[in-house]
Amino acid sequence: MSLYQGVDFYNIDELLTEEERLTRDSVREFAEEKIMPLIAAHYREGTFPTELIKPMAELGLLGANLPEKYGCAGSSDTVYGLICQELERIDSGIRSFVSVQGSLVMWPIYTYGSEEQKQKWLPKMAKGEVIGCFGLTESDHGSDPAGMTTKAVLEGDEWVISGSKMWITNGTLADVALVWAVTDEGIRGFLVEKGTKGFSTNEIKGKLSLRASDTSELVFDSCRIPKESVLPESDGLKSPLSCLKQARYGIAWGVVGAAMACYDEALRYAGERIQFGKPIASYQLVQRKLVNMLSEITKAQLLVFRLGRLKDAGKESVEQVSLAKRNNVKMALEIARNARDILGAAGITDEHQAMRHMANLESVYTYEGTHDMHTLIIGKKITGLGAFT
Amino acid sequence: MNIVVCMKSVPSSETKVKVDSDGVSIEQTDVVYEINPYDEIAIEEAIRAKEAHGGKVTVLTLGPSTASQNIRKALAMGCDEAVHLICENVELADSSAVAELLSSSIKEMEFDVIFCGKKAIDCDNHQVPNRLAQLLDIPAVTAIFNLVLTTESGSAKREIEGGTELVTVNLPALFSAEKGLNEPRYASLPGIMAAKKKPFEERQVSLGDEKLTILSIELPPPTAEGRIVGEGPEAAGELVRILREEAKII
Repeated sequence: MSLYQGVDFYNIDELLTEEERLTRDSVREFAEEKIMPLIAAHYREGTFPTELIKPMAELGLLGANLPEKYGCAGSSDTVYGLICQELERIDSGIRSFVSVQGSLVMWPIYTYGSEEQKQKWLPKMAKGEVIGCFGLTESDHGSDPAGMTTKAVLEGDEWVISGSKMWITNGTLADVALVWAVTDEGIRGFLVEKGTKGFSTNEIKGKLSLRASDTSELVFDSCRIPKESVLPESDGLKSPLSCLKQARYGIAWGVVGAAMACYDEALRYAGERIQFGKPIASYQLVQRKLVNMLSEITKAQLLVFRLGRLKDAGKESVEQVSLAKRNNVKMALEIARNARDILGAAGITDEHQAMRHMANLESVYTYEGTHDMHTLIIGKKITGLGAFT
Repeated sequence: MNIVVCMKSVPSSETKVKVDSDGVSIEQTDVVYEINPYDEIAIEEAIRAKEAHGGKVTVLTLGPSTASQNIRKALAMGCDEAVHLICENVELADSSAVAELLSSSIKEMEFDVIFCGKKAIDCDNHQVPNRLAQLLDIPAVTAIFNLVLTTESGSAKREIEGGTELVTVNLPALFSAEKGLNEPRYASLPGIMAAKKKPFEERQVSLGDEKLTILSIELPPPTAEGRIVGEGPEAAGELVRILREEAKII
């Protein structure tokens, strides 16, 4: 079978810079040659491919858009988006790993951390020597993070953290957890190292989605950490929400990759699968499905391209990011379902990608702000009337 | 150690080649150009030689201006400098003309080692490395799958009929790469960022009078569909009859 070539019906490549194209091609090649051959087995076993951490770090994929000063590549936000697209073309779990490491741990350390914290963590995280996770969601507080019950109390030279966090990507794998907890001064971020007394993790079993990703519970039982473990610049709920904006930006790009993978697979299959003596691609109903996919992918590509340019100029709004996340995840999920449909029975096995993407995208649809929450964020913006707060 | 690596941009091996309506050129729509895979191995070997012995790697390309993205990729992999001999009608240059243009550029450089791919996958001529070495009056070891390099000499292994040949030559020398010599690295993001700042010389060159005239380009005739003559031992007789009477090959 010939190599995956990407989908670019509107020649959007022309709009990319040489640096952006080179990065996209390099990550695409790496993903095709090094991740694709492993992914189905890891998905089946329910394991994250830790053997990929070092090669991904060597390529500069961890915290790619943070400055060179901290051992990162210092690339643009559009480049970061293209990285997400190529990784999620293989699997949402791999993109999630990179999103969490880069957008949800390295970015907040860079934005809210002290110079000492940045020097301590960022270069090692860029090299993949230290893995991070982001603890905001709790079992009873998902869309409503302001209601969190995890608390941090300052006792002398130590913070004492109590509570638990749920659905945490990289939770068990992580060497350091960025945990958000309520203090007397409001919500603040804390860096808790693996092995700290009173801190434990439980991997969540039985997932039918994001199986090649570590999802865990973080438990803090009067966990004592040094006073200087707080991110000094973190200040209230807006701090973790600003991190989510970074991650959602990457998701909006990433899922375009998943959609392209499903479309590519369905198109090839439809051209080869013979029924009633002809390839099923020759039938009108199948053509309509394929054309709808291409049309939606093209719109989504233009959306994230523009969002990338806005973000590179520092002009993107929370609502613009929400719109792209909302639109593109829904688009990708529907394309994955339609691709599975075109593949028929063959589509239910892990020899094909569509159903794996579909199952993954069910999580992506509700994580980092559910589809409905993004609807209400945009709804509040355009009407001036809040439907939830 | 001063290392020069010659690189050609070629249509990706995934390209579905179509002849243009003029009948003498290839349709360029949808053709993606990539680094000739053998040259990519040469680039990797050049970078490894620099990492082991110090010095610098200069990547040299003869080709149209569109080749610049692939040159940038070579810089991103770890080459230090680039020279792009821009020639928009390079497809009319035969191996002799290519070697002449490359050698006159290399003669202006200091070099200890030259790396090439053993052939370009578009024209498949296998000519340029040997011709280049001849013009520079240095030894060439072609299609190597192993190389031990010192600052004085290089010992290279190449496959020959029924065995392996080990050739040791003094530097300066040229080596052309066969598959298996190494596994080329990916261009990393920091490499791509750094490549933007590396010296990149562009120079217009033109072909002499002895350029090719392409009379026509044709795709190979489509392969005829296979025919199943039967199954199992009982089909053997019919197969032999067909091979003898229809195909007339036995």
